[in-house]
Amino acid sequence: MDLKGMRAAAQMGLRARLERLGGTVTGQVWRLGYASRFLGYMVLHSGTAMRRFGLTMKEIYFAGVLSLVIILVSGLFVGMVLALQGYETLQRYGSSEALGVLVALSLVRELGPVVAGLLFASRAGSAITAEIGLMKATEQLSAMEMMAVDPIARVVAPRFWGGVLSMPLLAALFSAMGIFGGYLVGVQLIGVDAGAFWSQMQAAVDVRNDILNGVIKSLVFGVAVTWIAVFEGYDAPPTAEGVSRATTRTVVTSSLAILALDFVLTALMFTGGP
Amino acid sequence: MNRSTIDLWVGVFVAAGLGALLFLALKVGNLASFSTAQTYQVFAKFANIGGLKVRAPIKSAGVVVGRVADIRFDNESYEAIVAMNVDSGFQFPRDTTAKILTSGLLGEQYIGLEAGGDGVMLKHGDRLRLTQSAVVLENLISQFLFNKAAEGKPEEKK
Amino acid sequence: MPSTPIIEIRNLSFAYEPSRPVLRNIELSVPRGAVVGIMGQSGCGKTTLLRVIMGALTPSAGSARVLGHDVANLRREPLFEMRRKMGMLFQFGALFTDISVYENVAFPLREHLSLPEPLLNDLVMMKLQAVGLRGAAHLMPTELSGGMARRVALARSIALDPQLMLYDEPFTGLDPISFGVITRLIRELNDSLGATSIIVTHDVQEALGVVDYVYFMAGGRVIAQGTPDEIRSSAEPFVNQFVNGRSDGPVPFHYPAPQYRADLELAEH
Repeated sequence: MDLKGMRAAAQMGLRARLERLGGTVTGQVWRLGYASRFLGYMVLHSGTAMRRFGLTMKEIYFAGVLSLVIILVSGLFVGMVLALQGYETLQRYGSSEALGVLVALSLVRELGPVVAGLLFASRAGSAITAEIGLMKATEQLSAMEMMAVDPIARVVAPRFWGGVLSMPLLAALFSAMGIFGGYLVGVQLIGVDAGAFWSQMQAAVDVRNDILNGVIKSLVFGVAVTWIAVFEGYDAPPTAEGVSRATTRTVVTSSLAILALDFVLTALMFTGGP
Repeated sequence: MNRSTIDLWVGVFVAAGLGALLFLALKVGNLASFSTAQTYQVFAKFANIGGLKVRAPIKSAGVVVGRVADIRFDNESYEAIVAMNVDSGFQFPRDTTAKILTSGLLGEQYIGLEAGGDGVMLKHGDRLRLTQSAVVLENLISQFLFNKAAEGKPEEKK
Repeated sequence: MPSTPIIEIRNLSFAYEPSRPVLRNIELSVPRGAVVGIMGQSGCGKTTLLRVIMGALTPSAGSARVLGHDVANLRREPLFEMRRKMGMLFQFGALFTDISVYENVAFPLREHLSLPEPLLNDLVMMKLQAVGLRGAAHLMPTELSGGMARRVALARSIALDPQLMLYDEPFTGLDPISFGVITRLIRELNDSLGATSIIVTHDVQEALGVVDYVYFMAGGRVIAQGTPDEIRSSAEPFVNQFVNGRSDGPVPFHYPAPQYRADLELAEH
């Protein structure tokens, strides 16, 4: 809500304000339904994206490969900071040899999928939204429709699958770089025993429980972020302002979705039952 | 940016990503040991399993030889029945003792197997007769207090 | 005279919301081979009419038959089939900015036909030659001027040899030379393809020079129709104002406003 909107809202009575709130909520729910139908249609018409895999590969390049630099550098730094902070606290309880465990579990279970997802949303998600929105604004999508080519199958679906396939790989690369960064700081810089670093890590990190769950998380985040990105782009008003707002919405909504889904998935995976 | 350059970079990216996953699985996790080993299952009854969880390690002489598969409650004997998957490479005698131990002072609990002397080995489906339950802190404290009280009383009598 | 018209619209009405109709009771007929202009002020509904003909909008009432299909009830497959026989030129070209001129023209050919590369190459070159831009085949859309971009878009829209060509404001923002080029191309392509063309525009003089027949729209209705000469000499006041570019007439100069005195601050005191 901008300043004008806030002023107008303050002038309305309480009842009017409640009605407006209800309208917004209903509007969002309606939009979610519309977005779901969009997702369903796109998945059903993904044949072209699969058969002409070159299209999808091009999108994997734009979403995945071009995000490599930011993912790898961020992963490295996050791992290094984890090692620094972790050592600080662990050595107070004489458990500095558990540093490897701390770094690995933090990354594989949480930071890998979540931070990689957030970075992916800002870099690739916003680019996808802007691209599709701009194509809509310059009537390129309409032109495609007029040439009897379904723009959702030809333009949207490859970008969706490109994003979904890239996310788990990026999250894994983030975690791997982070562990390497943690090793650099912990073992090389601080002097934690290398053997203890790796062996305790191997004993504590379980492939099924930790790594697989981390991969599942990154897949779920990938679907969520890319879905939001393509939908916002496709639904954007065909004006400059419309596209720029849609791009912002993509980043904000994706980030919130990642954090909310992270909570739900963590609760399901890492706590509770055997 | 032509077709073949894109293909090259996508290939590099996917290879790197899969490599990272492999690195995580092998070097960071415990895939290298213990995923598809052959196991046989034996049972043990405990009066109290304490904090034992499914997938907890089963160790003998400190080496991991298996994992806890299942924990159930026997409504007739009012005891816990623990199903254990032991690696087929290790054979234990029929009179092996199963104890629930704690790793470290406040660490997670695991099952420790102490081999007996019987000539016949455990087979799949067998039950270990000798078990020792987990130590429950409250019982330990009340026992300590009881002992202390018992020490005091005979002295008074004198 | 050929028997069935390419486009036959009877009593067509359309509204986004029931309270605000955009098209009212349109009657329109386009014979094969003709170049027909649909003209009027901005907002008179002509672009909406074009979209109904395209099959992008479903009419609220009435019927529209295009190329033998009833566009009102078209399912996805027949709709795409109909569109393969149509070509549309969008207002600013709508070229795909991430691929070259050559690839843009080749796009419909690649999507719908599997042709060997040499044949595809020749077809693309032929289409570019027809619009005079064969030498620009390797350029990117961002390197083209407005007029050139529109010509490339034209080449792309005739790639599949359509039976019906639709032009949405083809003359907007062009310099006089480009005007001449586009006008010449519209007529030449129509005749050489044996196609029918519909031009939606508000550029009167250029359009009147190229079309065979005109439908004049205002407020969602067809208020006049005829040959270019008939339209030029029309007595209908709105058409008259439009054709002669008069600043005041049935379409008033002043936007509706209260009394002038009431809006002046100083005059009050």
